[in-house]
Amino acid sequence: MTIPPWLDDFLWTYGNLINALGVNGLLALSMYVVLSVGQLSLGQAAFMGLGAYSSALMTLQLKLPFFVVLPASCLLPVAFALAIGIPTLRLSGVYLAIATIGLGEVLRAVYLNLDMVGGALGLNGIPEKAQTWMIFSLLIVAVAGLWLVARSRIGRAMEAMREDTTAAAVMGINVGRYQLGALVTSAVLAGIAGCLSAHQSSFIGPNEYGFEPAVTILSFALLGGIGTPIAPVIGAWILTLLPEMLRGFSDLRLVFNGLIIVGAVLFLPRGLIGWRMRRRGA
Amino acid sequence: MTLLTTAMLTRRYTGLVAVDAVDLRVPVGGVHAVIGPNGAGKTTLFNLISGLVVPTSGTISFDGRNITRLPPYRRAALGIGRTFQNIRIFSEMSVLENVLTGLHAKLHVGLAGVACRLPAFHAEERHAVGAARAALSLVGLSDRADRQAQSLAYGDQRRLEIARAMAQSPRLLLLDEPAAGMNPAETAALAALVRRIADGGTTVLLVEHDMGFVMSLCDSITVLNFGRKIFEGAPSAVRAEPAVVEAYLGARLAAKLRANHG
Repeated sequence: MTIPPWLDDFLWTYGNLINALGVNGLLALSMYVVLSVGQLSLGQAAFMGLGAYSSALMTLQLKLPFFVVLPASCLLPVAFALAIGIPTLRLSGVYLAIATIGLGEVLRAVYLNLDMVGGALGLNGIPEKAQTWMIFSLLIVAVAGLWLVARSRIGRAMEAMREDTTAAAVMGINVGRYQLGALVTSAVLAGIAGCLSAHQSSFIGPNEYGFEPAVTILSFALLGGIGTPIAPVIGAWILTLLPEMLRGFSDLRLVFNGLIIVGAVLFLPRGLIGWRMRRRGA
Repeated sequence: MTLLTTAMLTRRYTGLVAVDAVDLRVPVGGVHAVIGPNGAGKTTLFNLISGLVVPTSGTISFDGRNITRLPPYRRAALGIGRTFQNIRIFSEMSVLENVLTGLHAKLHVGLAGVACRLPAFHAEERHAVGAARAALSLVGLSDRADRQAQSLAYGDQRRLEIARAMAQSPRLLLLDEPAAGMNPAETAALAALVRRIADGGTTVLLVEHDMGFVMSLCDSITVLNFGRKIFEGAPSAVRAEPAVVEAYLGARLAAKLRANHG
């Protein structure tokens, strides 16, 4: 099969952007999973960083093949999700958010000071093994999987917890188990997104996974909404494309993100796509 | 036969004993009430029974089993359903989805079955929708199944909460002030509904301030005052009990009433 020249040009110019749309879509889903059980995590970037660094080391140091590295990249994020989730999810309120902000900052300090991961210089020369088709296949599988789960007793339990944790518990829902399950699922999605992004940009650095990207990932879901899994993905796409269209103002990118969060909270509490799917499978 | 027993059940808060050494026995079947002045500890007692509040001391057994340390979701699965004084329906869900949520503990197809849409999943969901519709029909909300829950009128929201609890097929149904805010016609309809539920084999324990409702409906009454049980017995005996009259009216007024009635 030969690629027509116009498509080749297009992919050459916009390949990175297209891949970023897929990766950010996965990150938006990792945020969606946590928000849809009524929790707030600001650790999605930290989970992504763990996936990116661990997978880059597996490729560079251990020379493992990519089909092993990709699934293995979620191990470390999941371990950290369990370590943070088990003590904090029992407490109500903002404890998870605070603990996950802390995780991001601690990990940034570790990356900066650990020679094995390149310190402030980060890791270079990661082979570009993440293909566009892989990224988008995983995104489609994730959206479809979350969609099917939402339309079942599991989806009803998640929404019940988001609306009223106490009433959900009285319905026989094991609230703690679902909260932990959601956090672990979000760590898997963010870890895989980290691995894919590391293996398509060839460079990763410690500042890519701090507080700012965490807020950006949150704004994906706030802008799109969480009524359906597709909504946060569309939020992510808008926020990924917007800076490209406003290239001249690139320094103001964060200002736009901030304005969008404020605007979404004030005027669109359900996000741009407020439509909510039915929560039953029959 | 006893369905629910509390023994020396106590819940202390700083500076307050909300529930003080309460021994409660709820037999299998019938409608039973817990009454008492405001702040007597009735809602705390319900929260202790459903597991939302952990007792300071004492034990709770349900159907012969010690449930004192079980979390709320396990108690729900054992057959304790409840409604809340301030309505707590899932307001963004549809009416039917609210009731389906009540069926949670009775559905068993796991994550893999859900994600792969196995035939067992479809069968279970169909069965669940049927059971949910039956619960809605019990409370008379069948025609509003697809409405958003928060769009229902106040009285209908209360009935939805009962339907959601009944979907769990509870052995014990706790109703926390079910008639609050209802007009006489709605209260009468509610009394008929509670009677139907009890006749269907579910034991009902309710907290209520509407004395007409309690006296006409209940088989037994427990009176709490300042967290302590001061009376337990038949509705006819409650009115004659001096301690109960005193708890509601104060000792002086109660004595005056007694004097006037000779």
